[in-house]
Amino acid sequence: MITLGKDEIAKYPFLADAGQYLKDKGFSLQQFGTDPDLKLSVDKAFSRVLTAADGKIYKSDLIDGEASKDYVLEREVFSFLLAIVLLKLTGMTTLIKRFALAEARRAEKYLEKDLANITDESKKELAIRIIDDLFSIQIKKQDDFFIIPVSNYLTHSVNFHEREWKLINRHVENGFVFLTSHETVRLIRKELGNYISSKIMNAKTPGMISGFEEPVKKLITLSKKFVTNPVIMGEYPPCIKHAIDILEKGENLPHSGRFMLATFLLARNQSVDQIAPLFKNAPDYNEKITLYQLNHLAGTSGSGTHYACPSCEKLKTQNLCFAIPECNNIFNPLQFGKK
Amino acid sequence: MLEKEIKFLEDSFKKYYFDHFDLIHVPERTSEREFGFQKFNFGMTRHISLKDDKELHLLLIKNIPSDVYCSNAYYSFPNLPMKEKDWKEADLIFDIDSKDLHLDCRKIHSITKCNNCNHISNLTLNCRNCNSSKLEIKSLPCNDCIGASKNEVIKLSKILTEDFGIDKNDIKVYFSGNEGFHVYVYNSQFQILGSRERSELVDYIMFKGIIPETFGMKKIKPNRSLFPDFADKGWKGRFSKEIFGSKSKRPKIISDLISNGYTNFQKNLEILSNKIGVQIDPNVTMDIHRIFRLPGSLNSKSGLTKVFCNDLDKFDAYTESCFLNDNSVEITANCPIEFKLKNKKFGPYDNEKVTVPTYAAAYMICKNLATIS
Repeated sequence: MITLGKDEIAKYPFLADAGQYLKDKGFSLQQFGTDPDLKLSVDKAFSRVLTAADGKIYKSDLIDGEASKDYVLEREVFSFLLAIVLLKLTGMTTLIKRFALAEARRAEKYLEKDLANITDESKKELAIRIIDDLFSIQIKKQDDFFIIPVSNYLTHSVNFHEREWKLINRHVENGFVFLTSHETVRLIRKELGNYISSKIMNAKTPGMISGFEEPVKKLITLSKKFVTNPVIMGEYPPCIKHAIDILEKGENLPHSGRFMLATFLLARNQSVDQIAPLFKNAPDYNEKITLYQLNHLAGTSGSGTHYACPSCEKLKTQNLCFAIPECNNIFNPLQFGKK
Repeated sequence: MLEKEIKFLEDSFKKYYFDHFDLIHVPERTSEREFGFQKFNFGMTRHISLKDDKELHLLLIKNIPSDVYCSNAYYSFPNLPMKEKDWKEADLIFDIDSKDLHLDCRKIHSITKCNNCNHISNLTLNCRNCNSSKLEIKSLPCNDCIGASKNEVIKLSKILTEDFGIDKNDIKVYFSGNEGFHVYVYNSQFQILGSRERSELVDYIMFKGIIPETFGMKKIKPNRSLFPDFADKGWKGRFSKEIFGSKSKRPKIISDLISNGYTNFQKNLEILSNKIGVQIDPNVTMDIHRIFRLPGSLNSKSGLTKVFCNDLDKFDAYTESCFLNDNSVEITANCPIEFKLKNKKFGPYDNEKVTVPTYAAAYMICKNLATIS
């Protein structure tokens, strides 16, 4: 575990052992519900969750990542820890996810600043160590860049959908990807969010604390707004239309295209018997084999694995993507036409 | 394929396997690999685990397979069903096939076989006998095809060593036994990567999914100083060499690129991907559970052996991979194209009885262009 200075705890409060921190400071949760001075921290925690739920980043009282006074620093850490208590008491996963993401983005700013710190080497070292300890990414500094092994880069960047993050759009040399401090930290945003949310998820839920009822109730009401009901339209995306066209013409659709078509239609609740006739025109059609393979994909035979429809990214690589403007912002053909 | 032809191929393959144990070895970390094989006119038998060369040779002699495969992946339990195998890691593999290179020579040495009436003819859109459009295209690759594939292997090796930092000694190149090359990368940082990550490597190698900004071209107010230069490493340098040609032409070409606009630049990049990108089969590299043809085994599409290429430049595919025996066989050949094996020319044959060495007979029978007389 990394040893943190006072300022670091305020910047990266998720690294602290919450229970231990309160104990060290000599406070119990109950006191926060009753003591009017301490209650200010609960209000701050509440607004911290609200800001996050709104998709914004909570503005801390730190100046340039440093606390002007000890009590400011303490309040920073308390409000984070109490926000977790509030979230646990609401039990709403959507709120936890939003909070974790917002906190990750807040920490991201500090990490970026620390990484790029040229006057204080120890700050840079700490940022590099946090990233290594938490996400097993070994960062090295080379000239003005931070370089990380290509394999490390890929395990994180595959979750991004913006094209600028594709490896081809990066400077790659001798097994390393070259990044700025901003990009290095952006690379771990999701994992940082996951780390924070899993820490919250795994934290013990305390019993209701007197004085916490009101904010908890408000947060539950708020989180109900986030539930959305997607509407599914009947239209097929261009990749699927193209595959059907090819088969209708009696031309050869590669194995990967057949896989895409079958998994797509299965996911749209079509049965194996409904799908099989589509392949009748294929030059190498064999009814028995087609049914066997479709049942395999559907998970009704073989290992029982239900195969998922490949992502747009994968289809692009396989030359099966024929994107049209309506495809904007979708990551999987199954999302096409959903509003 | 009918019984007589299968018997002939099985006899020839058996003799090869018996005489050439020296060429067929299990790969390193044998007990962590999954093996599989196919017999003529049969489906795939896989999820086999082997201990050593002895067990492999026994499997070959007992089953006389048409094709033998071995996983690029390492498992705790390779003989269990896929879900229970416990995947550990996988070597990075590449398949370069001349049929994906869209070479002009292909038109000359491709044949169409009608699925309706079995009529064989030179390349055509509709069967010349029954006019059906359901045709199977078969190709008898030439030395130009192999030369072009070699070129792709060289391009690939360059990216692997220079961009990905892979040690030259960890890259092994094999002739696939038919139309191209298989490249293996061992002990790299990529061993543990999953399929999605490998597909990113594929796009990098194939020069796909690039945005104009990567090469300095912006939508608004493009800046000359952001364009790449010859000395740049990686794709920037390769792009510069291809687009600018020479240093003196660079300034003018940059002006042209800027005045032609962003959309044109993007289109050019797409065209360029077929030229400077390496033409690999993306599905092979993305697959982390693949069983890939075993080095030293025969390829049932040709009767040729998948062999290691020690010196790619000098490698003569249709001589060095031809190991079936020279015994004469009488066949009825319907092969409208000439081909060369072991420096000897064969064909064209117009549905005629000919006596040829076993390796040439097997080659045509494997491609369904001859029958045993």
